[in-house]
Amino acid sequence: MAAWYIDKGPESDVVISSRVRLARNLKNYPFPFRMDSEQQQLMLNEVKGAVSGNRSSLIKGLVFVDIQSLPALDRQAMVEKHVISPDLAQSKRTAGALISNDEKVSIMINEEDHLRIQCMYPGMQVDSAWEACNKIDTVFEQKLEYAFNNNYGYLTCCPTNLGTGIRVSVMLHLPALVMTGYIRNILEACGKLGIAVRGIYGENSEASGNMFQVSNQVTLGLAETEVITNIRNIASQIVEQERTLRSELYKQNSFRFEDKVFRSLGVFANARVLSSEESLKLVSDIRLGIDMGLIKDIKIETLNEIMLLIQPANLQKAYGKPLGPEERDIKRAEIVRSKLNNI
Amino acid sequence: MCQNCNNKVASVHFTQIINDNKVEMHLCEQCAKDKGHFGMGAPLSINDFFTGLIGLGHSAPYIVSTPPQPVVCDKCGMSYEEFQKTGKMGCSNCYEIYGDKLKPMLKRLHGNAEHHGKVPAVVQKALSASKKVDKLKEELKAAIQNEEYEKAAEIRDKIRNIESV
Repeated sequence: MAAWYIDKGPESDVVISSRVRLARNLKNYPFPFRMDSEQQQLMLNEVKGAVSGNRSSLIKGLVFVDIQSLPALDRQAMVEKHVISPDLAQSKRTAGALISNDEKVSIMINEEDHLRIQCMYPGMQVDSAWEACNKIDTVFEQKLEYAFNNNYGYLTCCPTNLGTGIRVSVMLHLPALVMTGYIRNILEACGKLGIAVRGIYGENSEASGNMFQVSNQVTLGLAETEVITNIRNIASQIVEQERTLRSELYKQNSFRFEDKVFRSLGVFANARVLSSEESLKLVSDIRLGIDMGLIKDIKIETLNEIMLLIQPANLQKAYGKPLGPEERDIKRAEIVRSKLNNI
Repeated sequence: MCQNCNNKVASVHFTQIINDNKVEMHLCEQCAKDKGHFGMGAPLSINDFFTGLIGLGHSAPYIVSTPPQPVVCDKCGMSYEEFQKTGKMGCSNCYEIYGDKLKPMLKRLHGNAEHHGKVPAVVQKALSASKKVDKLKEELKAAIQNEEYEKAAEIRDKIRNIESV
């Protein structure tokens, strides 16, 4: 299971992952929230039929997962890995997802739209993610009749996704921008450009762990490649700013900088009780240390794996059973210690 | 002429349909007022006049002004009002019906209201076929104007070929 979050990608010192998602609907069925259960089953069968027997590299390895039949913990674990959305995990509809072995490709069926084709790659790889989505989309369009209108493009349940139905997003780690407060400038500038920036972890889009997601909001009137280019360019600029600020902060006071990084490593590698909130903060400092070459004996892939395992559902899955909150904090510290001392 | 007084020009006209029976009345303003009409859509109280005139023996004839039917998608049954509440469209047909109403909202959301991206191959074929036909039709016109009738016949056959697919 060499999934996207464990591999290292280009620009991995700031860019964690790139994701492209296409929203598509079939012409002959109402949109998901208006289908009755018979229609839902028929639609699901049509979609499964469209991929069965297809030998192209992106499609042949896809496995259908009946989300509703999975225990709640498994569903939540998939949400934490960004393989399915929280909506699909909680859906009572006849739904599911076609997922690749490496979890880079995930096609949600009967979420808000009939199809949500998603491709996720490590680091800055929006173009590759788009190419993969495009190929899969072309396979589907040959077998299924899409809901498409010459004026409005691909028809979606919500008009906010109309047209290309594309959502391009990158996940960025921006500790220096947050520390210096310049993250506010980024948020403002992006807002003016119609780009959404939000924190990934934590509530009320407060960025726990300094992780941010940058994505497009406009889907109609632009070509897909234009949207990709916009996001790539804006993300690149943010990446450059972050790198510049990191070196400046280090230059200002290298001892304080390193002290912060290594204290966090000390706590993380030795604590007996770790909350997820605290863990995210510590991981951010340690990641910064690795990115800047200060921490040399931990691989970024290991840290990515840890970042996944400390999340509530994945943690409980790793231990094979549900755990109460206090137990989780103890087990979390255990799993961190074992992963960090095993390299 | 007013059907009641036969004196003045009829300027108030009523049409009533009960059980497939259509009845028309034409009155002048004075008689309409006297009989208790107050213009289109007002309930009438002209029992005796009406039954006397028509001899149908019905009582309480009145004209019902039917309220305009709310627009509803014939494929999925969703109304525009529902969309305004939920922000979600019901099916692809809804876009055909409500498309025009959406334009201002789409301009606000996306800054555009026209698609400029990928087009499914099937649609692309149809689009380029119809563009070809348009072009050929232009050429046909020109050939006829130039009295190149043999050429025109060739073009006409080409058009037929494409359109028959």
